[in-house]
Amino acid sequence: MYDFAYHRPKSVADAVALLKGKEEARPMSGGMTLIPTLKQRLARPSDIVDLGAIKELAGIKVEGNNVVIGGMTKHGDVATSADVKANIPALASLAGHIGDPAVRNRGTMGGSVANNDPAADYPAAVVALNATITTNTGKHTADDFFKGLFETALSEGELITSISFPKVEKAAYIKFPNPASRYAMVGVFVAKTAGGVRVAVTGAGPCVFRVKAMEDALAKNFTSAAIKDIKVPADDLNSDIHGSAEYRAHLVGVMARRAVDAANK
Amino acid sequence: MTAETGIGARVKRKEDQRFLTGTGRYVDDLPLARATYAYFLRSPHAHAKIKSIDVSAAKSMPGVVEIFTGKDIADAKVGGLICGWVVKDKHGEPHKSPPHPVMALDTVRYVGDTVAMVVANSHDEAKDAAEAIHVDYDVKPANVDLARAFDKGVPEVHAAEAPGNLIYDWEIGVKADVEAAFAKAAHVTKMDIVNNRLIPNAMEPRAAAAEYDKGTGNYTLWSTSQNPHVLRLILSAFVLGIPEHKLRVIAPDVGGGFGSKIFCYNEETMVCWASSRVGRPIKWTAERAESFMTDAHGRDHVTHAELALDKDHKFLALKVETIANMGAYLSTFSTAVPTYLYATLLAGQYTTPLIYANVKAALTHTAPVDAYRGAGRPEATFVIETIVSKAAAELKVDTAELRRKNFIPTEAFPYQTPVALQYDSGNYPPIIDEAIKIADYKGFEGRRAEAKSRGKLRGIGFSSYIEACGLGPSRVIGQLGGGVGQWESAQIKFNPTGNVQVLTGAHSHGQSHETTFAQLVSDKLGIPIETVEVVHGDTATTPFGMGSYGSRSLAVGGSAIMKAADKIIAKGKKIAAHLMEASVADVVFENGNFKVAGTDKNVPLGAAVFAAYVPHNYPLEELEPGMDENAFYDPSNFVYPAGTQICEVEIDPDTGVVEVVNHTAVDDFGNIINPMVVEGQVHGGIVQGVGQALLENAVYDKETGQLLSGSYMDYTMPRADDVPSFKLGNKITPCPHNPLGVKGCGEAGAIAAPAAVMNAVHDALAPLGVTHVPMPATPLSVWQTIQGAQRKAAE
Ligand SMILES: Cc1cc2nc3c(=O)[nH]c(=O)nc-3n(C[C@H](O)[C@H](O)[C@H](O)COP(=O)(O)OP(=O)(O)OC[C@H]3O[C@@H](n4cnc5c(N)ncnc54)[C@H](O)[C@@H]3O)c2cc1C
Repeated sequence: MYDFAYHRPKSVADAVALLKGKEEARPMSGGMTLIPTLKQRLARPSDIVDLGAIKELAGIKVEGNNVVIGGMTKHGDVATSADVKANIPALASLAGHIGDPAVRNRGTMGGSVANNDPAADYPAAVVALNATITTNTGKHTADDFFKGLFETALSEGELITSISFPKVEKAAYIKFPNPASRYAMVGVFVAKTAGGVRVAVTGAGPCVFRVKAMEDALAKNFTSAAIKDIKVPADDLNSDIHGSAEYRAHLVGVMARRAVDAANK
Repeated sequence: MTAETGIGARVKRKEDQRFLTGTGRYVDDLPLARATYAYFLRSPHAHAKIKSIDVSAAKSMPGVVEIFTGKDIADAKVGGLICGWVVKDKHGEPHKSPPHPVMALDTVRYVGDTVAMVVANSHDEAKDAAEAIHVDYDVKPANVDLARAFDKGVPEVHAAEAPGNLIYDWEIGVKADVEAAFAKAAHVTKMDIVNNRLIPNAMEPRAAAAEYDKGTGNYTLWSTSQNPHVLRLILSAFVLGIPEHKLRVIAPDVGGGFGSKIFCYNEETMVCWASSRVGRPIKWTAERAESFMTDAHGRDHVTHAELALDKDHKFLALKVETIANMGAYLSTFSTAVPTYLYATLLAGQYTTPLIYANVKAALTHTAPVDAYRGAGRPEATFVIETIVSKAAAELKVDTAELRRKNFIPTEAFPYQTPVALQYDSGNYPPIIDEAIKIADYKGFEGRRAEAKSRGKLRGIGFSSYIEACGLGPSRVIGQLGGGVGQWESAQIKFNPTGNVQVLTGAHSHGQSHETTFAQLVSDKLGIPIETVEVVHGDTATTPFGMGSYGSRSLAVGGSAIMKAADKIIAKGKKIAAHLMEASVADVVFENGNFKVAGTDKNVPLGAAVFAAYVPHNYPLEELEPGMDENAFYDPSNFVYPAGTQICEVEIDPDTGVVEVVNHTAVDDFGNIINPMVVEGQVHGGIVQGVGQALLENAVYDKETGQLLSGSYMDYTMPRADDVPSFKLGNKITPCPHNPLGVKGCGEAGAIAAPAAVMNAVHDALAPLGVTHVPMPATPLSVWQTIQGAQRKAAE
């Protein structure tokens, strides 16, 4: 990797100040995505601002009808949290299937959501649960946050501090892992909350997306039979050596039905 | 004394202590004072002319010591890398032999081809400087598609030396006889298959380090080699011209090879050569991405095969046409793999009287292809065992029955096949019977029905393999064009205090020699296993040997150790006879003691050894002092392990996911020294075979020639949760021609498994009208196959 200056601030304010003042500074949470990128010399930041020492960023709280998860909370902590398991078991289960134990013990929710990898798991949960993303400057709704391939609504120097998820009535996430990387080739998160039914798909397209036709059908009848004839067009989906766009479109249907069945269990 | 540690005991691996506690010593661990670090700049293009290379900016970068390009190597008159096996084509002409420069001179021929070597004070500085090298490429069209390699107008890899990309057009068998048999056949089964290309992925990437001693003019090269003596021989005699006695090659702990570390590679050659120019030691370790790009790949065949059967379902003849990928350059043993290690195995376990095989070796703009675990034999087994299963399905007969009907009868051994080999021993029916019992073949239809009730398609597949390994009789290897002998060496060197070093020319990079070979010596000489140290991997300390590959270490290297032990005993008898004042003819050796039959006279081996080193009371007139014996063993034939694997899979028709739910392997490896080690070898082999069948695939982009499966993000390595617990069994027919009665076990798992798995996949999908699924049967490929079958059914 190329040389960079390393900082480890103790507060969000200090982190933001460090990010602002530098030529090309990058925040780092778990480093599970950023460090491989550096090692492959695909990025050349002047400064790395490690968020690992900022206490206010980690932790899980239940606030009223919501579970609020700090940006620096590790996947492993989400997976094993009693609060998450009690209120949004599908989210705990999703977190427990990200990568391998080493990745889950370093990788964070803030890092994953900020990175918006098209094959990442969390974006499906954030969109399906209509979560709210809080940053040092304000709030974003889930629908407005994920903009495209590795693109989000975050502006320069803006940090995810926490994400607030509503408690669910029913929800499930079913992932078809890429055989090699085990990231999501297609992951479908189906959720029924006080706000209605949502179906969010990750891995299949360039960015997480909702399937409105399925949401409408499930709002009337929350069974897998209700969506069995709903097809997702293959046109804008990803295609690679592990899955053609047609295959991914087909898998969206299969995973969505399995998610509904799992949510009903 | 040796019951718990002798032949047949499950002795825990001695080497695991250091490997599992992180105290192994690999090439990269070497502390070399004043070391420099090499980084290789590689071609980003599959095919291009190098118009110019400008290293001037890079040379002035911080920490840079020296930069070498292909021109520097050519100016220094360094030889090219060699292909050590001359295959003669069907007209008796030697194969085409395009040059294989150590670094590209004016053309690059695959993504990863070496363009420049930067030597710097640190790895990062070398890499920084490599980025500052400016190469002006004139990019040319490339071909990475094996099936198209001989088509008109396809880009040529070495137009002048190998026109039309053809390295050889080789055949075995008499075509006319085979055609005549087909004309009389009651049934013919035909099949088109691709044997997918694999990337070896040893856990330790390739690495090299070299040091030149100006005072003596000696070079030392540390390399991740499976055969350090052969590497030294090649570098000395053909490439660098450093006399053999001035070059020491050390292969210390090596973390897996699977064949990929047999060969002589560019990087180790360059590191060795440059060490004297730089005047400081040079170290290099491949990054994982470089391993994917530049380790010799495996397999990669396109094959058409036909099997003729008579009305009683006896095999009449087999016809095979194969195109084998060589990549862009001929790697060290590449030419032998799809010929002598492939077509000579096409009889399998069967009495097929007539076999014809035609193999064309092709150049493509891809990494070189060479031997990989099984080397030719997995490809042969895949052809035979899938076509036999296909024939059984077409004829609607039991797949095990069809095999049994055509097995070589036990009384027919030694058995001469129509494709050159003479099988020394075998007894196939009990093997398949045992496998059927362990796998509960009878209960399969019940399990299939139960799976169906869960929406799963369950299938079962057989693979009855034979392999020729334990390479090999040197005379035969020579007749077939091999450039080296194939014996093995051993030295048993006692120390005055009674412990012993066993030096072997074989090399352990995961095979457990330090344990198994110590068991042999401990058992044979009746001494505690803790007193035996196995030494390997250093040309300065071990006798010249051929290294480890082709499941040869025990059958050939172990046999050499036995011969050396016999010499120790013979010498010990003479010493003991002297000490006991008895006649040598009356001395017997039992459990570590020399005795005179019928008396209580007794000299422990340790006492004889001590007398040999402190010869105060010793027959010096007739006998040299010391206890240090050498042996070389050249086998009279290959060894022929055989077995049957039975695989059961369940397929999810909605997603195409194939799950291996049961896998049974029953093998005949001859006598077994350490059952635990053998099981480990079989487990690993099966996992690699399942990997080939379901997961692994090296894919180059047809347009750009880029390696698409160039990292673990896209190359699917098998993981522990991809396979079930295996069920293993044994049937032993000792090898009749080596002193231990052993065969080889290192490759069997990988040889048999792909056909067993694919046959199970085909069986599972047969109800949908599917007759062929391309390998690997990934979820995508299975799903697409099901879609195709459904479309066809709907028409
Ligand atoms: C082997 C392996 C397997 C994996 N498998 C999966 C998988 O199956 N599913 C899956 O979803 N992911 C997977 N991942 C990715 C993993 O979940 C990462 O942890 C995650 O994508 C990034 O989180 P991080 O905390 O490591 O972020 P980092 O690597 O530290 O940062 C990632 C990016 O986000 C930015 N960033 C970090 N924190 C913040 C913040 N608070 N606010 C704003 N920007 C920020 C960084 O600047 C950087 O650009 C895998 C990773 C590995 C190495």
